[in-house]
Amino acid sequence: MRFSGNLFNALLLLLVVLLALSLVTSQHQARKTLQLLQQEKQHALQMEVEWGQLQLEQSTWAAPARVEKIAAQYLQMQRPKSGEVQFIQPK
Amino acid sequence: MNYATQHTAHSPAKLPGWRASILFLVLLAGLFGLLGRTIYLQGINNDFLQQKGDARYSRVIEVSAHRGMISDRNGEVLAVSTPVQSVWASPADVTLTPAQNKQLASVLGLNENALRTQLADSSRDFVYLKRQISPDDAGRVMRLNVPGVSLQAEYRRYYPTGEVAAQLLGFTGQDDNGQEGLELGAQAQLGGQAGSQRVIKDRRGHIVEDVASLSAPKAGADVQLSIDSKIQYLAYRELQAAVQKQQAKAGAVVVLDARTGEVLALANYPSYNPNNRAKVSPAAMRNRAVADLFEPGSTLKPFTVATALELGKVQADTVINTEHGAFMVGGKKIHDTHPEASLTVSQVIQKSSNVGAAKMALMLEPKVLWQSLSDSGFGERTGSNFPGEASGKLRDAKTWRPIEQATMAYGHGISVSLLQLARAYTIFTEHGELQSVSLLKLDAPSVGKKVWSDKTVAEMRTMLESVVMPGGTAPLAQVAGYRVAGKTGTAHKLANGKYVDKYVASFVGFAPVSHPRIIVAVMIDEPNNGQYYGGIVAAPVFSQVAGQTLRELNVPNDAPLNNVIAPPAEVVKEEV
Repeated sequence: MRFSGNLFNALLLLLVVLLALSLVTSQHQARKTLQLLQQEKQHALQMEVEWGQLQLEQSTWAAPARVEKIAAQYLQMQRPKSGEVQFIQPK
Repeated sequence: MNYATQHTAHSPAKLPGWRASILFLVLLAGLFGLLGRTIYLQGINNDFLQQKGDARYSRVIEVSAHRGMISDRNGEVLAVSTPVQSVWASPADVTLTPAQNKQLASVLGLNENALRTQLADSSRDFVYLKRQISPDDAGRVMRLNVPGVSLQAEYRRYYPTGEVAAQLLGFTGQDDNGQEGLELGAQAQLGGQAGSQRVIKDRRGHIVEDVASLSAPKAGADVQLSIDSKIQYLAYRELQAAVQKQQAKAGAVVVLDARTGEVLALANYPSYNPNNRAKVSPAAMRNRAVADLFEPGSTLKPFTVATALELGKVQADTVINTEHGAFMVGGKKIHDTHPEASLTVSQVIQKSSNVGAAKMALMLEPKVLWQSLSDSGFGERTGSNFPGEASGKLRDAKTWRPIEQATMAYGHGISVSLLQLARAYTIFTEHGELQSVSLLKLDAPSVGKKVWSDKTVAEMRTMLESVVMPGGTAPLAQVAGYRVAGKTGTAHKLANGKYVDKYVASFVGFAPVSHPRIIVAVMIDEPNNGQYYGGIVAAPVFSQVAGQTLRELNVPNDAPLNNVIAPPAEVVKEEV
């Protein structure tokens, strides 16, 4: 009885120590994961910003005024005059 | 001496009982001391200590939310926010060698001396050196490594279309909130709300624990407009060319989808570059097509004629005595510059006779005419929800005198906006329904309000088509390959309650006549190059804009390509 009581206490002590260690590790893990999450969030934000900039860039390059200017000045193209375009109905 | 042996000699050792009691009391006192301290720290003084602790590692960080994007109906970007850096300094902390001062000034594009004086004023804690510079320049500033100079992230709004849609989109202020135009009108959807979050940071500034979200950030929603950026551009280009050619004060063009009331283009000239508003006059910022009112002149005649037709007072071929171009009403003379003895109702529209329109108006009860103008959307907002939209003036029929009723017939004594006028013409297109105007792309087809019977609408379309035929006021409005219809308008401007020799030339029309797809309204303010008739100044702009828009929308031709038949010299001058 006395012997098994001691053993029980020792087991509990061991359990406490193990739990304490696991708490420390999981806390550490949590912080590391959080840091990763923060990094990813930061990354996502950066990507979003870059996406906006690329869209802006695209629409600046593709602005009708610019396209028309290049077509007329460098490629010697011209807009079809009134009456030069005909629409054909597919049969 | 051997303690072990001594110990065994006096065994068992007997200590005095008081020693144990004292030791017990001392331990007890220690215990109570600790307990007391615990209560003090954890209970009584807890708030203060918690605060101190938080101050060391807990931080509230702002979670930014950016403003939504504005795009056109095809998803082309019209306005987008992107982060930029602002450079600020705390002059007290800045120590700058002359060489560094020079470098900093050249990177920021500032005057060296101005920068030095700015940084010498150590009474200030915070001074912006330059706001909103590109990330590249910001990187160069930081590489100079000047103590006391820091960066702050801000959002800046960019408008890739520049001046083409400037008045329509408006702009935002330094804080990225809408100030004008649709940026202001759609602020509720576009505006993001920054959130905040309490976190625990370690020594190196890394976030180690997410404690609580104090308020969730709300990103601004994107807004998709009904505008088609290609049509917007071509409308602007043609308008600009016309205003410059006519040496006019200003001009505006509205292109509506005739079936849904969506605005495909809304252009104003003169314009400004919304990306650089350093030297912009308030006049250039005004959206004239929506916010400015003018007396429409003859573009209003079709509404008078349609009312008379609908009530059976006249038929399309009824002959009206046009009194050789001079007609007295209540002591005032109404005159035509092309005097005719008589014209049919159809010719009154084609040749834009004031006398004819006035006579038809006088056949009607004032209340009836008022009702039909009101049903056509005059005197009320168009539903566009544009900030500062003018509703126009349509005075109560009870106050009309006969002369006012007569002049109302040809668009004087009533004020309208160009957008209203364009919208009103939806009742003459295929289904004869008055549509609400929408600047946002519609998902579902809108339901309009039917104003006239199909028969009246069909007759009106035929009459309006005759306006662009030889013998009409606007053969210059013709478009190769498409049947078009419309009405010219030329009106004196009012200055201090009197009509002066300044004009507003306009043309409102739709195409193709067989199945109308678009309505185009053109207004040129104070043309000053010798010509001021709507048929000469505004009709060619209609022809260009309508023709190019129809091709852009892939609308099938409803006329042969050689349908343009009038020599331009034969334009019938309309009445003013």
